[in-house]
Amino acid sequence: MNIRKTTEKIVEGVLFSSSTVTTVAVLFIIFFLFKSGIGLFQDSPVEKNYAIALNANNPVKNLSAKQIKDIFNGDITNWKQVGGKDGDIELFTLNELGSAYTEEQIGSNLEHIPTCLNEYVKQHENVITYFDKKFYPRNFQGKVLDIPKISVIDFLLGKEWYPTSTPAALFGVLPLIIGTLFVTFFAILFALPIGLITAVYMAEIANERTRRFLKPVIELLAGIPSVVYGFFGLVVLVPLIQQTFNLPVGETALAGSLILGIMALPTIITISEDAIRTTPIVLKEASLGLGATHWQTLLRVTLPYARSGIMAAFILGIGRAVGETMAVLMVTGNAAIMPHSLLAPVRTIPATIAAELGEAPMGGTHFKALFALGIILFIITFVFNSLVEVVKSKKEK
Amino acid sequence: MKKNLLALGLVVLMTPALLNAQKVACKIKGSDTCLPLSQKFAEHYMKKNPGSSISVIGGGSGVGLAALISGTTDVAQASRKMKMDEKLKLQSGGKAVKETVIAYDALAIIVNPGNKVTQLTREQLAGIFTGKIKNWKQVGGDDMGIIVYSRETSSGTYDFIKEHVLLNKNYTASALMMPATGAIVQSVSQTKGAIGYVGLAYLDKAVKALKVAYKKGAYVEPSVETAKNKTYPITRPLYYYYTSNVEGRVKPLINYILSPEGQNLVLKEGYVPLN
Repeated sequence: MNIRKTTEKIVEGVLFSSSTVTTVAVLFIIFFLFKSGIGLFQDSPVEKNYAIALNANNPVKNLSAKQIKDIFNGDITNWKQVGGKDGDIELFTLNELGSAYTEEQIGSNLEHIPTCLNEYVKQHENVITYFDKKFYPRNFQGKVLDIPKISVIDFLLGKEWYPTSTPAALFGVLPLIIGTLFVTFFAILFALPIGLITAVYMAEIANERTRRFLKPVIELLAGIPSVVYGFFGLVVLVPLIQQTFNLPVGETALAGSLILGIMALPTIITISEDAIRTTPIVLKEASLGLGATHWQTLLRVTLPYARSGIMAAFILGIGRAVGETMAVLMVTGNAAIMPHSLLAPVRTIPATIAAELGEAPMGGTHFKALFALGIILFIITFVFNSLVEVVKSKKEK
Repeated sequence: MKKNLLALGLVVLMTPALLNAQKVACKIKGSDTCLPLSQKFAEHYMKKNPGSSISVIGGGSGVGLAALISGTTDVAQASRKMKMDEKLKLQSGGKAVKETVIAYDALAIIVNPGNKVTQLTREQLAGIFTGKIKNWKQVGGDDMGIIVYSRETSSGTYDFIKEHVLLNKNYTASALMMPATGAIVQSVSQTKGAIGYVGLAYLDKAVKALKVAYKKGAYVEPSVETAKNKTYPITRPLYYYYTSNVEGRVKPLINYILSPEGQNLVLKEGYVPLN
């Protein structure tokens, strides 16, 4: 008797601790994600320990990260364009220092770099330069620019994603968010009808033998690793799309949507089929008994009854598609431009994180920006999962 | 006399054995470009020096250097130079870092075999990769849009091309970013207007490598020979980074890599030896 009680207590303890551990792990991951991501907004877009400086007489006081990128990219060439005096912008980096000064002037151990920098910036009115702060000249006579920190607005609404641009990186995630939603939307548009039709067929029309064959095959679809889907997409689907639509490139949003659609199918089919099959037989019999045909019963009784289950399948399918990484990474081309057509390349959030985290210096601004992207993805899937709960609770009423 | 000779003979016989008794246990982590090379080094070194254990892990240059900073790897392999950020972090941890160039890698600019263009200057390449040149007819080819394929920003190769070919200008936003070098070869081989870059070791018949000129008129084809005699301009060093406190442990391996035998492996793997 006592032994049984003890055993029960132990089992209870194990159950309790394992659920506690799971909860703590989930909370810890979320905490870590938010902690790393939020840090982005305390950072400057300029690499740590670098300073951007102008001639002291230049009226320009501050520049945005985008302006700095455009200046060093050669897209902005006149100070007038950023609110300064009329004059061609002169880019000056440590590389140019070598040609502007002799080796003697710079010093054999590079010890005179600060002096040369100071002199050059003082003498050239239209110069802009960036340098490591360890070369920061004593009594610097130039003007060091104050670069504003990355703001939430710049992050969410920025249209340019140049995370490794020097000296100032640009973290605009709008194209990535839109790209993710765009690919997901069309994936669902493609997968939902096919999934629903298959589910109806399997639940209502197919005989037992067909069903017994179809079900494992569809479940097998869920078991194929996503990288295999991606590889299939790259080698088969991409050239096919390229030829069919006579496109310059086959890596397009369409390829991503198709692959994601196929990957979301098992979820949609399995869950909606279950929902359809759980319709109480009495409801169907009542409908048939009133003289309705099989089709009328299906459309007017079974499907409306299973509606919330089908909704849940649909939302879980979206959740699967939003977070999918590898397959999308391989077939969408990953160009960080605003998506304007199904037949153009797009870049999604998961693909960006997977592709870039590898070499982003740990704890750096780029690293934090990727975590911030993770937060956005988390919020998107969290919203979808909450929707499932809402839909489910509706059914219970 | 005979005895002396015998002793001498014994010493001669034993010297290699003594030299070989350099067991190394270390972990190498980082760049995927260096990965096949490091694996070959490890394989051969372990075969020559039984008892050694060298594990090689990829992940990217940044991953390797981050591991070096956190002390979870002995050697970081990198296809780019250490960044200031990383150097400062290592220094603040009180560790002095050592850098060794283990080999060179040449990067080939590749196009679809159906493309008429056979050579480009650096300026033209920069124009194409930054998006200023958008059609092949602007550089002597057919009237056809240029599709730029690039590696991901996480790649050391991406950084290198940006620094040395684009002179730190940014890639065009419409460049297609591929997760792996193999994917670039695959895509360029099936896309008519494509251009991309890959390491010399990845070149195959499905794509065409362009001749490149940094100086006017001096077009050079990428190959191990032209990279070795420094006429081909787009070559880069591959690095091993380690902290001075493990120097004693990794030195034998580094010595092996720099030895003629090690450098021979470099050549065999399709990379460019040091000399």
